[in-house]
Amino acid sequence: MKLFKTATLSLAALAMTATVSMADTLDDTKKKGYLSCGLNTGLAGFAAPDTDGVWKGIDVDFCKAVSAAVLGDASKVKYAHLNAKERFTALQSGEIDVLARNTTWTATRDTSLGLNFIGANYYDGQGFLVSKKLGVKSAKELDGAAFCIQAGTTTELNLTDYFKANKMEYTPVTYDTAAQVIEGFKAGRCDVVTSDASQLYALRTQLKDPSSAFVLPEIISKEPLGPVVRQGDDKWFNIVRWTHIAMLNAEELGVNSQNVDQMLNSSNPSIQRLLGVSGKIGEQMGLDAKWAYNIIKQVGNYGEVFERNVGKGSPLQIDRGLNKLWKDGGLQYGAPIR
Amino acid sequence: MKKYRKEPQENVAFYNNPEKRAIIYQILALAAIFIFTYFILNNMFTNIEKRGINTGFDFLSSEAGFGILQSLIEYDESNSHGKVFIVGLLNTLLVSAIGIFFASIIGLLIGIGRLSKNFMVSKLCMIYVETFRNIPILLQILFWYNVVLASLPNPRQSFSYFDSIFLNNRGLYIPKPILESGFIAVIIAFILGLIACAYLVKWAKTKHDETGEEFPVVWTSLAILIVAPTLVFFVSGTPATLEYAELKGFNFKGGWTLIPELLALAFALSIYTATYIAEAVRAGIEAVPKGQKEAAHALGLKDHIILKKVVLPQALRVIIPPVINQYLNLTKNSSLATAIGYPELVTIFAGTSLNQVGQAIEIILMTMAVYLTISIVISLIMNYANEKMKIKER
Repeated sequence: MKLFKTATLSLAALAMTATVSMADTLDDTKKKGYLSCGLNTGLAGFAAPDTDGVWKGIDVDFCKAVSAAVLGDASKVKYAHLNAKERFTALQSGEIDVLARNTTWTATRDTSLGLNFIGANYYDGQGFLVSKKLGVKSAKELDGAAFCIQAGTTTELNLTDYFKANKMEYTPVTYDTAAQVIEGFKAGRCDVVTSDASQLYALRTQLKDPSSAFVLPEIISKEPLGPVVRQGDDKWFNIVRWTHIAMLNAEELGVNSQNVDQMLNSSNPSIQRLLGVSGKIGEQMGLDAKWAYNIIKQVGNYGEVFERNVGKGSPLQIDRGLNKLWKDGGLQYGAPIR
Repeated sequence: MKKYRKEPQENVAFYNNPEKRAIIYQILALAAIFIFTYFILNNMFTNIEKRGINTGFDFLSSEAGFGILQSLIEYDESNSHGKVFIVGLLNTLLVSAIGIFFASIIGLLIGIGRLSKNFMVSKLCMIYVETFRNIPILLQILFWYNVVLASLPNPRQSFSYFDSIFLNNRGLYIPKPILESGFIAVIIAFILGLIACAYLVKWAKTKHDETGEEFPVVWTSLAILIVAPTLVFFVSGTPATLEYAELKGFNFKGGWTLIPELLALAFALSIYTATYIAEAVRAGIEAVPKGQKEAAHALGLKDHIILKKVVLPQALRVIIPPVINQYLNLTKNSSLATAIGYPELVTIFAGTSLNQVGQAIEIILMTMAVYLTISIVISLIMNYANEKMKIKER
């Protein structure tokens, strides 16, 4: 009879597991006490380990910012390092809660993959990295060249469009990771590396002699890179989106990680609302009133994050360009917090 | 006579009847599996629908939009993901076939070599087996790929042979034959040659049965198959030309290209799998009783004849089953190509296509189905061969 019992019990257990419904990501994250965040496998400026093995970059900082907003502690993040091919499946299947991995916002991805882009935290465009020895001055001269590309990216599709539009031919050499791409370039398997311009500058620093290669002037596509969440959890979507917006507003209002404590006493109503001194923005999102204060205190505002990781304070030395705030002539525009 | 099973007694409850109980348990187990599968699938589809993820196989007809480094059939970026699937499948089959071919030859030679009486030969073979068997295949693939790339010059400084074969870090370029209409005569000659060979084999067997004389069937057949079509080729006025690769712009164009990814992958797979085949061959040969060799010696047969006619036919019965497994492993290992970017099924279909359309479930199911089918087909072929090799009891 024992066997009978075991069989019935296990059947019942099976039936139970089948009724798991869709989760509330905010509740789940609070319950488990950490945020699962998807990052690149290694891309300087966005997500790469420094000399002490600590992961640094714009995307790492974004994970930290969400963690600071949700859990009040920027360090409570568990990183998943994903290559281009794995990233969406990891998010769809619930392995990660936020994907902050220099991912281009496109219509197909936003509509057919069960994902939602929260906006663009880095406006980028696709370019070409070539060796000086090649003697090429423009992308129009690249007919017949071999290209090292990372598999499963929008880069791959843009390249096709560009060469078709210009009636040129190319040989694609497709690798899994950015590291393999640059190795292929070093070994001479291809003439050109094509990728988002920011990534090209990062990859260039990995060459033995970075000055031996340069990025061609042509930018052939729009690549708005931004964090992604699963579709169907609006509460979570709002939190992640407003994390980005809070960082933009902080820069605009002149609030940074250094002065945020003094700013708590500011008489500016916008700053008061941002830092939770007045208003109920945090509570409306299901967060602590100090959610934005925690982000700014522990991670910094958008400008600080940019300069520290890819701008003047980093080896990449990328100009802020399109990523300046709207009032400085750029595209970064933080919706009002009120 | 002793009875093994008691007759069922009328007054025992049905669940205490061992026979009925066994049936009940099996039905229960089956039901549990069905319910489990149903719930898992149901759960998956509900969640997929809730999240607004596309499902179905419509993506197979949508435009792929990305280029592929090597394809055996015509392919360009405007083709569909369905075509990508075919291109990947063919590339998988190509590298597997090349790998199986060379692994078998190397494996056979090394396996026999290990049993050689020559100390040097047997030790070298042993070192080969122990070295390559004990290094993970992925590392070997990466190693050969990097060695290949690092040792070859760029296109402008290619190694060139007879001005028609070029080797550089973009691949091995060989002339491509362009066939004209008259070439059909050559093909007919080849087919006729094949028929002639079939008769020759039959004739040689009858002769051997009647007189015991050996006729060099293999060499004669080879001669027929090479000489006849070649003669026809020249008589009909060489109806084929060669297209040579030429350096144009950045790279060579025209001719046939063997890309370094294919070279490295096929090489690594052959070298690695050959070690296991070699061990299977050694085991098979050692399994043949010594008496068989001694008896053959006593008849005055030469060593290589003994190996060919007495030892190998018996050894094959032991060799074939493990070799089937190695062929299957080699095919499955070809999916490690992802590491070096050889465009086979897993790299381009379960990789790039999957990422472009995001339909993981359909694509992974299709990919698994392919490997399952390939494995079953290889097994069937080899089981047939195994059946043929069995000792026929008369």
